[in-house]
Amino acid sequence: MPSKEYDAVVIGAGLVGAAIAYGLVRIGLRVAVLDEGDSVHRPSHGNFGLVWVQGKGVGRPEYARWTLESSERWFDLNASLVEDCGVDPGYRRPGGITPALSEDELCALKTMLERVRSESAAADFEFEILDDARIRTLLPACGPEVVGGAWTAYDGHVDPLRLLRALHASLDLHGARVRSQTKVRAIVPLPGGGFEIAVASGPSASSEDLAGYDPPKGSSLDGGETNKRLQAQRVVIAAGHGSKALGSMVGIEVPVSPEHGQILVTERTASILEYPTLSVRQSDEGSILLGGSKEDRGFDISAPVRTSAEIAARSLRIFPQIAKLRIVRSWGALRVMTPDGFPIYAASDEYAGAFAVACHSGVTLAANHVWQTSRWIERGTIPPEMACFSPRRFESPSSDVSKIA
Amino acid sequence: MFRRLPDFPAGPSLTIDFEGEALPARAGESVAAALLAAKVAVFRATPVHAAPRAPWCMIGECHECLLEIDGEPNRRSCMVQVRNGMKVRRRQGP
Ligand SMILES: Cc1cc2nc3c(=O)[nH]c(=O)nc-3n(C[C@H](O)[C@H](O)[C@H](O)COP(=O)(O)OP(=O)(O)OC[C@H]3O[C@@H](n4cnc5c(N)ncnc54)[C@H](O)[C@@H]3O)c2cc1C
Repeated sequence: MPSKEYDAVVIGAGLVGAAIAYGLVRIGLRVAVLDEGDSVHRPSHGNFGLVWVQGKGVGRPEYARWTLESSERWFDLNASLVEDCGVDPGYRRPGGITPALSEDELCALKTMLERVRSESAAADFEFEILDDARIRTLLPACGPEVVGGAWTAYDGHVDPLRLLRALHASLDLHGARVRSQTKVRAIVPLPGGGFEIAVASGPSASSEDLAGYDPPKGSSLDGGETNKRLQAQRVVIAAGHGSKALGSMVGIEVPVSPEHGQILVTERTASILEYPTLSVRQSDEGSILLGGSKEDRGFDISAPVRTSAEIAARSLRIFPQIAKLRIVRSWGALRVMTPDGFPIYAASDEYAGAFAVACHSGVTLAANHVWQTSRWIERGTIPPEMACFSPRRFESPSSDVSKIA
Repeated sequence: MFRRLPDFPAGPSLTIDFEGEALPARAGESVAAALLAAKVAVFRATPVHAAPRAPWCMIGECHECLLEIDGEPNRRSCMVQVRNGMKVRRRQGP
């Protein structure tokens, strides 16, 4: 194969694309990272920051194992980013707790974790069902309604914005600066292998809808936009909600849709929560984040007060003393959801070297994307044990569609 | 460190109470501006690491300037206009 300008072009510099690109530059590939910019919906800028294992992968043991593995590799990722660029995402893994507000909830937690343990055939999968006394020794802030909970050793959290910043800074230091305001408009497979990627860059590139408009090569549009073409041996589509359109250019189906999540942040306060839960956690700076909502609202990213009130009400049942804290921010963001909730790892059958990755837990899986997914891309194939994450599973009507990822 | 601009509109002079001390202020300015002009360098300590903090953005975004104002804790002092006799304190407790 003739050598191209780049070994790989990664489209999307959110958590997924930036992590994969970081893995690729560490292997020594020449990488370009392209990102559309601020006007698009980017959960990497608005997520909850958990590296969460507990309960993931019910009915899909490969996913349970994949998630667990990423949590283990997160220590290396954190250390590697600190060493490269000095920005510390602050990974902490005290284990995570899911508080239960009724005996039914507690039973359901137990059943779920036992199922994950037996399905993944990991006898050493460590979890503990906490009674009402035990949960209060671990989380003294629990209110009277909390009857118990579940604990696993593998859950932790990071500052997700520092993570994104650390990935970008490290990419820069490895010579792969993220090119922002650079929208990919077309991926053209080249005869003989490799790809040509047509980009529009400049302040107007992301805000304007350029669909269907094909300006001449190298032309400059009003608003300072320029059009360029890059050539690469491999292309990785990690464009979040933009991946569907890009995937179709290289014959990969990426059936993702938005799921709205909302987050409230309190003013900073002394440390009162030593363990993260799935919907309430305290950052290393003392802010308490409240979340856990899931709504189908299309591409609307507003943060309605009604949803905030529901989130606050549930959080207060668990930790009543939060009531005295002021909420300083709230926002909505859109999870990148697949039809069954499990991630998509795809290699194009038609065009060797084209890949697509999409998932709703890009913080959790970041370590695997750095240390493993980048290797598949370097080698050009996804290993057979990951075949269950191919989007081909959505093609057959009988495919296993459980909504519990 | 900070001075009022020479063309800052000379409104009526007021007095606010900061930690028991009477400080001069000008009508129309924010509590944060008045304290900075009075050379107050530390507004609060962060609750977890106890790092000293002072106003940074002065437009209500960064929450670095939090103070107790007239008995109400954790108010963004850059967003509150001074009033004569206002009682301002640093954060009490966590
Ligand atoms: C409320 C909420 C809470 C969450 N909490 C957690 C959590 O606690 N733990 C966890 O693991 N995950 C969490 N997530 C999920 C996590 O945020 C996402 O999995 C992750 O951010 C996805 O990253 P991404 O890179 O795929 O997508 P994005 O952040 O959307 O990044 C994709 C990038 O691609 C770019 N792009 C799109 N189209 C183009 C194009 N044509 N050309 C060039 N660039 C393009 C965009 O500009 C964007 O920057 C949460 C999500 C939400 C919404």
